Amino acid sequence: MGLDMVLKVAGVGLVVAIMAIMLEQTGKKEQATFVTLAGVVVVLYIVIEGVSQVFSLVRSVFQLY
Amino acid sequence: MEIWQIVGLALTVSVLGMVLKQVRPEIALQMTILAGVVIFLLVISKVKVIIDLLQNLAGQANVSSYYLLIIFKIVGVAYLAEFGAAICRDAGEGALAAKVELAAKVGVLVLAIPIITAILESLVRLLAWGD
Repeated sequence: MGLDMVLKVAGVGLVVAIMAIMLEQTGKKEQATFVTLAGVVVVLYIVIEGVSQVFSLVRSVFQLY
Repeated sequence: MEIWQIVGLALTVSVLGMVLKQVRPEIALQMTILAGVVIFLLVISKVKVIIDLLQNLAGQANVSSYYLLIIFKIVGVAYLAEFGAAICRDAGEGALAAKVELAAKVGVLVLAIPIITAILESLVRLLAWGD
């Protein structure tokens, strides 16, 4: 958890963007959409893990139950 | 938490977000959320120190920890709501952000009910004493 996570997300974003552009150039529009969707899901998984960690931390620090 | 870590993280995310926003805006937004999470994780250890200090002081001053706990809860609710609302606003969902803030205001008011009741009760007692 740290800068490496953010860089991972940025890397996923760039790779997905490049793959989508390449697939669109070769005329495979629907596959480009799938690649984009898969990228969003993967990134969302990472983000949700982090957010849930923060929420549980906030609850324990501020005694919010 | 070191301040240069946070500034460096924020600058890196800003530059990467600039690039990513042109090709994949949805992943750029998620990266912003993650950066907020990471910054909070860096800060929270210091917040814990402050809270421990406040609890210590309240214990020495014989202030009921019940009221202090309510204050902490309110700070937590306000922080979480601010976090969510700012991200919604970044994503262009201003209306959703306003709703999140409304919910936070209601939540804070509900949490503050015991304090308000205590103040009103002591006020009434004070006024009745004057008669």
